[in-house]
Amino acid sequence: MKRRPLKTDKLLISAVSAFAFFLLVAPVAVLLLSGFASRAWEGLPDSATILSAAAISFASTSAVVFMAALLGTPLAYALSRYDFRGKRLVSLFIELPIVMPPAVAGLALLLTFGRRGLIGSLLAEAGLIIPFSIAAVILAQFFISAPFYIRSAQVGFSSIAPEIEDAARVDGAYGWLMFWHITLPIAWRALIAGMILSWARALGEFGATILFAGNLQGKTQTMPLLVYSIFERDIDAAIWTGLILILLALIALSLSQWLARAQDKLA
Amino acid sequence: MRLVAILMASVLLGAASLAGARDQLAGSLSVYAATSLTDAFEALKEAFVERHPEVEILLNFANSATLAAQIQAGAPADLFASANELQMGKAVASGRVDEAEIEIFAHNRLVVIVPKDNPADIQSLRDLAGGGVLLVLAAPGTPIRAYADAMLDSHNSDYGEGFSERVMRNLASEESNVRQVVARVALGEADAGVVYQSDALGDVAEKLIVIAIDERHNQLASYPIAPINDTAAQALARAFIAFLRSREAQSILAANGFCWSRAPEAIQPSEATPAPSLDAEAPDAGPKVECEAATLEDR
Repeated sequence: MKRRPLKTDKLLISAVSAFAFFLLVAPVAVLLLSGFASRAWEGLPDSATILSAAAISFASTSAVVFMAALLGTPLAYALSRYDFRGKRLVSLFIELPIVMPPAVAGLALLLTFGRRGLIGSLLAEAGLIIPFSIAAVILAQFFISAPFYIRSAQVGFSSIAPEIEDAARVDGAYGWLMFWHITLPIAWRALIAGMILSWARALGEFGATILFAGNLQGKTQTMPLLVYSIFERDIDAAIWTGLILILLALIALSLSQWLARAQDKLA
Repeated sequence: MRLVAILMASVLLGAASLAGARDQLAGSLSVYAATSLTDAFEALKEAFVERHPEVEILLNFANSATLAAQIQAGAPADLFASANELQMGKAVASGRVDEAEIEIFAHNRLVVIVPKDNPADIQSLRDLAGGGVLLVLAAPGTPIRAYADAMLDSHNSDYGEGFSERVMRNLASEESNVRQVVARVALGEADAGVVYQSDALGDVAEKLIVIAIDERHNQLASYPIAPINDTAAQALARAFIAFLRSREAQSILAANGFCWSRAPEAIQPSEATPAPSLDAEAPDAGPKVECEAATLEDR
């Protein structure tokens, strides 16, 4: 049934692919080139500004990954093992933040957890104001990036044949014991891959953060917010800060892909 | 000189074609304008297009620093309206604006805004230094921030050295433009913000309390406008600038909270141009609201 592609087909496919690759890669390559051409590192904002943004980014994304693992793992497990009514709808809403415009997410968070928000107003009465704080940064990043972890973990759990867990039950491994000794050792690559992916997404989060958490150096200004803030004053400095972020994202992405491949081979 | 020539040409053309053919203007005009001009320029666009139906106006609003950077980078703008002369100066430095063409067309003043229910109980500017106030300002580099910083520093002579520093300790967020400062306060997320008096009008007015700033410390924001010198829409750009001098345009600006300095030299450029104007109306005949804090309370 399979028709062998003709030479012209092959040529067309190669040409379009090359063009698509160019569109995807050219901006990053140009950013890199212009970074070196303009000796952008000389125009870097003072190191204290970068360090404080990096510290806030590191602290918030660490918290996000921790929260995603803590809250997302049971959810992913439930989605891969249990059948219940409305499961598809639940999956749909869990993945919605992946495709939702981050600015819309920020607005939704503001209306929910803002000082006048549905939940935020109750918290404010207790003296807890979330916007303009690191808690808001974490919430915004969690909202946008946790779905990446949940999806990856769900795939990981689903790759374990139910027979394996059944066999473990026969041998007397139940609940937590089974999860710890059977499920986790098999699925860990998918979980780590998901953590790295959600970490990278949280690291790059901009729209929801600036809308919900605001932008203040030393308090809520993460690396992407710093890039945006200095872009308005000094493009060269923004380029170099941006390149640092791209490098981090690239490392995270290759780690995540490597782990996902290892999990696939296992399954 | 070119301006005069074009105005004369348009008058001659108008005379030649007699009545009915008043409108020779057609085409598309890209106006890059400071965020604080949003409402005013939307209304001005409507009024201008009503006079010249063949004209299409595209408005691009952002903070003046961003617009200046975009123009410097070769953005397809025909007109640049900045909220201060510093950012207009950057456009001049890029070579795309001729200094002689710059005209100040309006002024603005600063006010403090707080949410209607005033959660931090701010009665005067002095209260901005109080403990736990969530203050929101525009980001460094924007014109409004430069004016706000100068205004706060100026208050040090009244409230003691270190007053502005204490206010800055309450800073909760730096927004990328002045409208976002307004939005934060109108939403009730922030306790106070410093914005232009023109920003506290319109739909958000009912969600805000406006606190006037002492005349001695308030800043006079000046809005320069100039055509970009390398675009095809030169005649159209100049026609729009001429329109800004008309009674109708000045009424629109006044209705949107802009004002005119009492110091006549401050608006010299617009008065200095003998404008036969496309509008057959005397220039500078508009209702010029003086830039006083009092004009706000009258509203």
